[in-house]
Amino acid sequence: MMNILDMVGHTPLLKLDKIAPEHNVLAKAEFVNPSGSVKDRAARSMLLDGLARGRLTRDKIIVDATSGNTGIAYAMMGASLGCGVQLYMPANVSPERKSLIRSYGAAIVETDPLESSDGAFLAARAAAETRPDLYFYPDQYNNPANPQAHYDTTGLEIWEQTGGAVTHFISLMGTSGTFVGTARRLKDFKRAIRAVAVQPDSPFHGLEGTKHLASTLVPGIYDPNLADEVVTVSTEEAYAMTRRLAREEGLLVGISSGGNVAAALRLARTLPAGSLVATILCDSGSRYLSDSFWGV
Amino acid sequence: MITVLIPTALRSFTERQGAVQLEAGTVGQAVAALAENYPDLKQHLYDDQGQLRSFVNLFVGGRNVKTLEGLATPLAEGETLTLVPAIAGGRDA
Ligand SMILES: Cc1ncc(COP(=O)(O)O)c(C=O)c1O
Repeated sequence: MMNILDMVGHTPLLKLDKIAPEHNVLAKAEFVNPSGSVKDRAARSMLLDGLARGRLTRDKIIVDATSGNTGIAYAMMGASLGCGVQLYMPANVSPERKSLIRSYGAAIVETDPLESSDGAFLAARAAAETRPDLYFYPDQYNNPANPQAHYDTTGLEIWEQTGGAVTHFISLMGTSGTFVGTARRLKDFKRAIRAVAVQPDSPFHGLEGTKHLASTLVPGIYDPNLADEVVTVSTEEAYAMTRRLAREEGLLVGISSGGNVAAALRLARTLPAGSLVATILCDSGSRYLSDSFWGV
Repeated sequence: MITVLIPTALRSFTERQGAVQLEAGTVGQAVAALAENYPDLKQHLYDDQGQLRSFVNLFVGGRNVKTLEGLATPLAEGETLTLVPAIAGGRDA
């Protein structure tokens, strides 16, 4: 028999033939994970690691900072494991996300929206430090089990699903777990695989779930030596591609997915024939329906 | 005078200030005055056509100005305008 944690990963790798008919742009459909985002992989890995080390027990409350998706993943898994969950998130996180989290029975502590994810991070850490007996604090920004999840699964899956033919991996970064773990695994398979990190074009952006590293606290798990290149994407470009993915590919995904595909397509256009660019569709667009960028 | 609250993400362009005092009668005037006082801020708030970037959310008295009169929303003496990125549309910041 399986439980909800066993449903994480093994996502399809889709070829974006309408958006990129002349190039090989492939995208991992992470929205099919059980809580609906790529963050299921990291959450599962950090919770199983905590259980294995005896640090996460049934009487503990899982506490962490999140921009939403990790929180939804913890809320789902905490319910399944029988642990309480308390999440610190900026007050301007979308109402859809807060409702999802509360529906799983988890609690939310809202932090100052002006302080963005760093404010949530500092508040969660302070809470965890005051009551280590009460809380299990995965600390997704600094926990090696986060990138390890992508090393063990996302990177391996992309390698296998392309029969080892992938030439480039490109993605935006939040905690950087997806980028670091996936890029590291692919490079361990084949040194020549290029890893391209994507950054918001401004410290003030609407690329939900991602971080502008130059102006924020740099996650401990970030490895600055992995990226062969760093490119930027604007929120407007991500919005436009998110709309196109829905209307041309039938893929209703979130803004960071649009940003990833926009950057992947830009990259693919500069590459020789036969190149194969892989990226991530981080979550479902149903989490963003209250946004106005859909233009409906 | 009105007060504009600046998110940490933009404080490197406002000499690290988290609150800026300005003379302005409307929300649009306040944002324009802010960009004029701190020119490096401009490209982060406005697009190439001079329109406010669509993910920039402005709150007066706890309400998003999109639900009021937009940039024409009046600001009374002593009022506070808060600049928040629309991380997934958050309406109730
Ligand atoms: C929508 C979305 N996209 C991208 C990311 C970035 O993933 P990572 O934290 O692995 O860098 C996140 C992380 O929370 C996210 O929620």
